[in-house]
Amino acid sequence: MTYIAKPRLHHPTLQRNAVGYTRRDYEGKISTLCAGCGHDSISAAIIQAVWELDVQPHRVAKLSGIGCSSKTPDYFLGASHGFNTVHGRMPSVLTGANLANRELLYLGISGDGDSASIGLGQFAHAMRRGVRMVYIVENNGVYGLTKGQFSATADRGSRSKKGAVNNDSPVDLVGMAMQLGATYVGRGFSGDKAQLVPLIKGAINHGGAAFIDVISPCVAFNNHEGSTRSYDHVRAHNEAVSRIDFIDLAREVIAEPAPGEVIELPQADGSMMRLRKLHADHDPTDRRAAMNHMQAMAAEGEIATGLLYVDPDASDLHAALETIDAPLNTLDESLLCPGASALDRINAALR
Amino acid sequence: MKRIEAVNDFVIKFANVNGSGSASANELFAKAILRMGVPVSPRNIFPSNIQGLPTWYEVRVCERGWLGRRGGIDMMVAMNPQTWAQDVAEIEPGGYLFYDSTRPLPESAFRQDIHVIGMPVTEICNAAYEDPRQRTLFKNIMVLGALSVLLEVDPAVIEKLFSEQYKGKERLLESNVRALHAGRSFVSEHLDAPIGLRVRRADAVGDRIFMEGNAAAALGCVYGGATVCAWYPITPSSSVAEAFQSYCKKFRHDPETGKARYAIVQAEDEIASVGIITGAGWNGARSFTATSGPGVSLMTEFIGLAYFAEIPFVIIDVQRGGPSTGMPTRTQQADLLSSAYASHGDTKHVMLLPQDPTECFEHAAVALDLAERLQTPVFVMTDLDIGMNQRLCAPLQWDESRGFDRGKVLSAEQLDAGFDFGRYKDVDGDGIPWRTLPGTHPTKGSYFTRGTTRDAYARYSEAGHDYLYNVQRLLQKFDTAANIVPAPIVKSAGKRTRFGVIYFGSTSPAMDEALEALSDAGVLVDAMRLRAFPFPKSVLEFIAAHEQVFVVEQNRDAQMRTLLVNELEIDPARLVPILHYDGTPITARYITRAIGEHVGAPVDAHEKEIVK
Repeated sequence: MTYIAKPRLHHPTLQRNAVGYTRRDYEGKISTLCAGCGHDSISAAIIQAVWELDVQPHRVAKLSGIGCSSKTPDYFLGASHGFNTVHGRMPSVLTGANLANRELLYLGISGDGDSASIGLGQFAHAMRRGVRMVYIVENNGVYGLTKGQFSATADRGSRSKKGAVNNDSPVDLVGMAMQLGATYVGRGFSGDKAQLVPLIKGAINHGGAAFIDVISPCVAFNNHEGSTRSYDHVRAHNEAVSRIDFIDLAREVIAEPAPGEVIELPQADGSMMRLRKLHADHDPTDRRAAMNHMQAMAAEGEIATGLLYVDPDASDLHAALETIDAPLNTLDESLLCPGASALDRINAALR
Repeated sequence: MKRIEAVNDFVIKFANVNGSGSASANELFAKAILRMGVPVSPRNIFPSNIQGLPTWYEVRVCERGWLGRRGGIDMMVAMNPQTWAQDVAEIEPGGYLFYDSTRPLPESAFRQDIHVIGMPVTEICNAAYEDPRQRTLFKNIMVLGALSVLLEVDPAVIEKLFSEQYKGKERLLESNVRALHAGRSFVSEHLDAPIGLRVRRADAVGDRIFMEGNAAAALGCVYGGATVCAWYPITPSSSVAEAFQSYCKKFRHDPETGKARYAIVQAEDEIASVGIITGAGWNGARSFTATSGPGVSLMTEFIGLAYFAEIPFVIIDVQRGGPSTGMPTRTQQADLLSSAYASHGDTKHVMLLPQDPTECFEHAAVALDLAERLQTPVFVMTDLDIGMNQRLCAPLQWDESRGFDRGKVLSAEQLDAGFDFGRYKDVDGDGIPWRTLPGTHPTKGSYFTRGTTRDAYARYSEAGHDYLYNVQRLLQKFDTAANIVPAPIVKSAGKRTRFGVIYFGSTSPAMDEALEALSDAGVLVDAMRLRAFPFPKSVLEFIAAHEQVFVVEQNRDAQMRTLLVNELEIDPARLVPILHYDGTPITARYITRAIGEHVGAPVDAHEKEIVK
């Protein structure tokens, strides 16, 4: 019941993370989305992931485009700055924000209309540039705010609530992200928080462009028989190809995993991400093999979920541009303005 | 036959083939005359093409210092057979035609009323050089040598320019000097020299510099502290971003680590460019893009967002001929309305109007201050004529005591001290609210930026009173802007007159010259040069003080006049449009004749206006 505000009082025994915040400190305004909307589950997963990783809320910037999904940044991380930009253009705004201050965590929240239709170009180019960010598409295959039109990710042959059949082939954002240079590509399901939270945590710790496609059924317009984005359909066809565990190396003794099944990925914060392969023929560090595997599963009607591809040595746009370590928005006149004597020399060379 | 005789006052035009290496020789010609103390103003006339099509380089030599395009050609250096007929036709009667006489031309190819100077340039070059590339390149230098004798340009000055250009490349230097003298020898031995047009040493250049507006604007962005530049290539603005890159390479690397204190992204289109600078401006970095009219059209949705959400950034619009793809390599001032009111809904934007490269530098730096002070997009409206031509202009100056005006940004300390932060609340009475940057304070100052309506505390609201508070405050902010943008500059006629003229931007040099011609003819006109929009009160006062005010601009629809009528509620009958929009830069002759005709005192414009 979205119109009843949650009390702001915190229970004194609520658990605090390493930087002293409770999970409630990562919440935002009350959601105005429909009851049962998958997007609210994704917001909850984001809250959980950021809290568990001990990121201070004010060190996060959350950006979005336009649409149901793009409204959600108002519903989590209320102590973070947020920016609800224009339709399909979140990636460019996030890119500029990231260039201005490389020290914040950038969450880009988008939807399938926002990223696969009007914003397909910006989605593609942000991946190409390797902007360090967590780019989440809350993918329901439908336009909710304008009441039920197909989006560009809707499967061919799927049926709208009013009975229309979609004749266009779908945009495969996961496949595109892998092809275009994203270095962390995952797919989750809003109904599987246990899988989604580690997927988001891995993305936050990733050193380059991280993209997560989250299937998020629209209860109002795309949760019916004949839809391939309904809760029932996704549950029946969801096939996880990997599972992520996080291990704090400082505290835990590492149990030797069975060879070939587990990939260990050291994280920037000193912890270790363990990726457990659930499909023997899926190698998530081999881009081409991962793409082939995704294609094969899609042909079978299976929705591959989990961490699909990761480049453990990823770098980002700042590395490519060789920008200084200090955020550009902190530089003052003394570091930016060459001064009057340099100008005299310039003048002299122009005579 | 009449022969045009002129010392330090003529127009020479080079007709070349695009991509033939003529540009550097042409520039040497102009610079050599400048070094002799005589002002020149060259203009590139070029097609939208990479190689093979005709290009022209028109140089006005004028000791009096008039830098506008004059109109009319006294001497044509016709090196392009493709445009022969039109080039020959363009020469003033009694003028001169220099051409490559290697291949004989029928008598019908020439005119009887001009002086023809033939030199077998290709033949001499082919005899002197084996390498085809050298043959083409040194052909241009040989022509330069020939002209130096015909026009009495000091060869020592040209050699000095060579030695500066080829410092450390002795072989290149030596072969250039050789080509120069080969050209000189031929003329001395075979032709009558000098001709009626001559260059004589003078002292009329002073400490002025010779620079392109695009490079100056880029340097202004470096001095003004821009750290994020996103752009998409478009003529005639691309060299702004490219110059920014090269100045940054020189001035903006950390001496210890070598790392960059700037970020430049060549985006996938203009929408992404403006999106990137929106994100950077929101996050506290000074940011800009450079584009032209078609780019501004694509950016309008973001410009509206930045206006409404109050995000600073700078757009340098190097205007070209519109509409649509229009005339990409010709000049106009035709983006005024589409920039001033860019985007849907009620929007208004600040525009600065530089007149030359010096002001491109100053206005770019000021625009970055104004954008942050006013928390809004600021346009720098330059054009192709200023941007892509080297112009003699005042040296660039920087006051060391000048700091960046970062505007109203709250620090963590201010927030801790209990500042009542309302992102869209006017607490100072100037319409400008305070803002916070992401990451400033753990618990205070965060807010949600959006393009939807909101209350003074940035909370979503469609309530009428919240909306009105916000948009009326934005109007008040625009009034504040009028008082802090660069003020107009008035040139009084010296005596009371009922006539005024308003002009701006690249019209300046032609206007200066026209004002003197009018004054010589007894037509008194007070002049006001606008330097920014919105208009300060002085503009209204200037118009009120005159019965009729001419508004001179380079577009079809009298866009500045529309802004004046619209924003100052002026009776349109009092504002007389004088419009020049064929893609060539406006001339003093054009302005003089138009004003002269209107005031009923036809002013002798000397010679006929040649408009191609």
